[in-house]
Amino acid sequence: MEDSGDDDSAYRIKQGDYVVLKRGDIFKAVQIQPKKKVIFEKQWFFLDNAVGNLYSATFEIVSGVLKLQKPKDPASSTDAKEVGTDNRNIKDDGKSQKLTRDDIEALKEKGLKGQEIIQQLIDNSSTFRDKTEYAQDKYIKKKKKKYENTVTILKPSCRILAMMYHGREPGKICHLRYDTLAQMLTLANIHANSKVLVFETCAGLVLGAVMERMGGYGSVIQMYPGGEPLRAGVESFGFPTHFHDMLHDFPICRVNALLAGTLATTVKDPSCADPKQPNLAAEETKNQPQGEQQGNPEEQSMETNSAAAAAAAAAVDDKEKDEQEKRREAKAQERKVKLEEKRKKLLSVAALLEGRNADGLVIASRFHPCAVLMGLLKFLSPSRPFVVYSQYKEPLIECYTKLKEQGGAINISLRDTWLRHYQVLPNRTHPVLLMSGGGGYVLSGTTAAMDRAKPASSQQAEEPAHKRPKLTDTE
Amino acid sequence: MSFVEYSDCIQEGDIAIIYQSHDSMMPVKVQQGTQTQTRYGVIRHSSDLIGQRYGSKITCSKGGWVHVLHPTPELWTVTLPHRTQILYTTDIATITMMLELKPGSIVCESGTGSGSLSHAILRTVAPTGHLHTVEFHQQRAEKVAEEFKEHRVDHLVTVRNQDVCKDGFGVTGVADAVFLDIPSPWEAVKHAKAAMKRHGGRVCSFSPCIEQVQRTCEALVDQGFEEISTLEVLLRVHDVRTVSLPLPDFGPDPSAPTQLDGTEKTTPNQTTISLKTTVPPREIPGHTGYLTFATKPRT
Repeated sequence: MEDSGDDDSAYRIKQGDYVVLKRGDIFKAVQIQPKKKVIFEKQWFFLDNAVGNLYSATFEIVSGVLKLQKPKDPASSTDAKEVGTDNRNIKDDGKSQKLTRDDIEALKEKGLKGQEIIQQLIDNSSTFRDKTEYAQDKYIKKKKKKYENTVTILKPSCRILAMMYHGREPGKICHLRYDTLAQMLTLANIHANSKVLVFETCAGLVLGAVMERMGGYGSVIQMYPGGEPLRAGVESFGFPTHFHDMLHDFPICRVNALLAGTLATTVKDPSCADPKQPNLAAEETKNQPQGEQQGNPEEQSMETNSAAAAAAAAAVDDKEKDEQEKRREAKAQERKVKLEEKRKKLLSVAALLEGRNADGLVIASRFHPCAVLMGLLKFLSPSRPFVVYSQYKEPLIECYTKLKEQGGAINISLRDTWLRHYQVLPNRTHPVLLMSGGGGYVLSGTTAAMDRAKPASSQQAEEPAHKRPKLTDTE
Repeated sequence: MSFVEYSDCIQEGDIAIIYQSHDSMMPVKVQQGTQTQTRYGVIRHSSDLIGQRYGSKITCSKGGWVHVLHPTPELWTVTLPHRTQILYTTDIATITMMLELKPGSIVCESGTGSGSLSHAILRTVAPTGHLHTVEFHQQRAEKVAEEFKEHRVDHLVTVRNQDVCKDGFGVTGVADAVFLDIPSPWEAVKHAKAAMKRHGGRVCSFSPCIEQVQRTCEALVDQGFEEISTLEVLLRVHDVRTVSLPLPDFGPDPSAPTQLDGTEKTTPNQTTISLKTTVPPREIPGHTGYLTFATKPRT
């Protein structure tokens, strides 16, 4: 499977592609659309010029459009002409830079590139030549971050999107840090050709991550609270269209009915959000001509009502009203067809769940995880993994306790990960100064046959700590 | 059973994981007529395992019971026979995501070692991907190839017994991702670059020592790699415990409200407060290795 020279098309940016803009550690997910202005790092520009270029190309933003950046000369940047030895004589009085803010603005307006502005700053700094080589490096890096107007266009991936969401909008993803997401995907053994249940309120990031790891094979069922499944984040992954064939959804307000086996008979309107809705549906069918009624048990009771209503409507012999009536009928018929479609879809997804043979369960939401977990575990085969994410530890302690009480789960573990980045430079290697305070917690386990009686010799979690120090986890 | 696809019932030739407790799990090869010893007694494969559902409780000869689980790379990592120091799930999970592995990915890996990471990679790249793994120790290479066959994943992997620093991975221009866990990764960086697709890809090097990391980063810069980033990930386990804390006795409270008949109200004596919390294990792994990631640009 070697590269062929003309295989480039998969690696070129196309109109309509979902991409990620990058500058340094800042990311933003956007869609390439003609003549659409995007804002990124306080700059407005059009993305049209990106189309046709290769992914991972870097562009300069010049007057609101993108210009492909020429590959940098590796031996460029400022050669160390004059260098100091230490900072004992450098006075930090804020007066070393001769250019004022206005001067710099003027340079920007003149159209000077980032690199050129930085050179101006260096030339006008009275202390630059006294700095050590390392300090000069650091100064240049800092200015680059501030004045460079480049943007790199990347192909989206779980890694990039997870870092983006965590850096940009952590609140939208329950503060799930990207390494924690990585742990979840592995602990849940997400792989192609399995059937995975996902319950998340992370804007679709977790769902998209699961889909990426399944590669379009198998099926993913998004269990959703409320009226509609929310998964805007899935779009940002830019999956091929056939991936959406493996994605299903099911409202959790119907879970109890499904488990009780009463789903087919109780469902008139698949959407659960508004209790008033079922009545609205009844109103619609009232105004329909009797002929089109299908043999649904729940609609037969409305037939008698609709016959009376149709007669009353026909009595009003106004042509305009007649046409209005026809339009309303057409709309009602449309709605009825849609409702029936929705219902059919619901029942088909229910068929996927009914077997209670799902291969994995992933939960990551702002809802209290205990009830979600205990409710959805029932849909898993035995010997299958489940993972539950929570921003906080205590709800997972409750889950742990409930699981131990109820049985049916083994190898249960509550964990979080500690992540630290390093700066690796000659003679300047050290951990980075700031690190993430927390990335959330994960509870994981494996389903098992329910135990009826515990053997006398079982080891359970309520034991006090062992006397011998253990290097491995204790349950 | 295979390590890349679930099945429901145990069959002859399967690898099954016997789960006694969190600290006590072992893999068994299921065979007619074979027996396995556990602390609760004997398990007879023919009657107790074959035909049973994965996840079932198995009662052993002495009366106690265990669970039998379908193998996964994660369970394999904690039960496999060590021939070398291995990578654990925490690092494996990070590597998998940061290398952007997914079904269809072509991956190169060296050294194979005991195959802990290899199994996880195979699970992720199946059914359309491939793993090219290089191990310079002959017996280890043979042993891991045997295991891949037993675990029914051999169609997804090619094991090569050679020195990656001298001879590379045995393929060029095909890999989406390369992983290095060897003593001198800087010597293999150019081979990693050659093995990777022209369009680009991701590379990762795992090293316990910071000096190795420094030399590897230099080599990555020299070879034109970008987005070089070094990090470490540590696992923190929280053991759930119910804890009882005794309350001190400060003696009878003079300001306590008196009853109507003038005698002091006797409050029910609360001697302890019980709470559910978590405690860390006494010792935890404080360091496994530094993970250095980088992106190969289009060449």
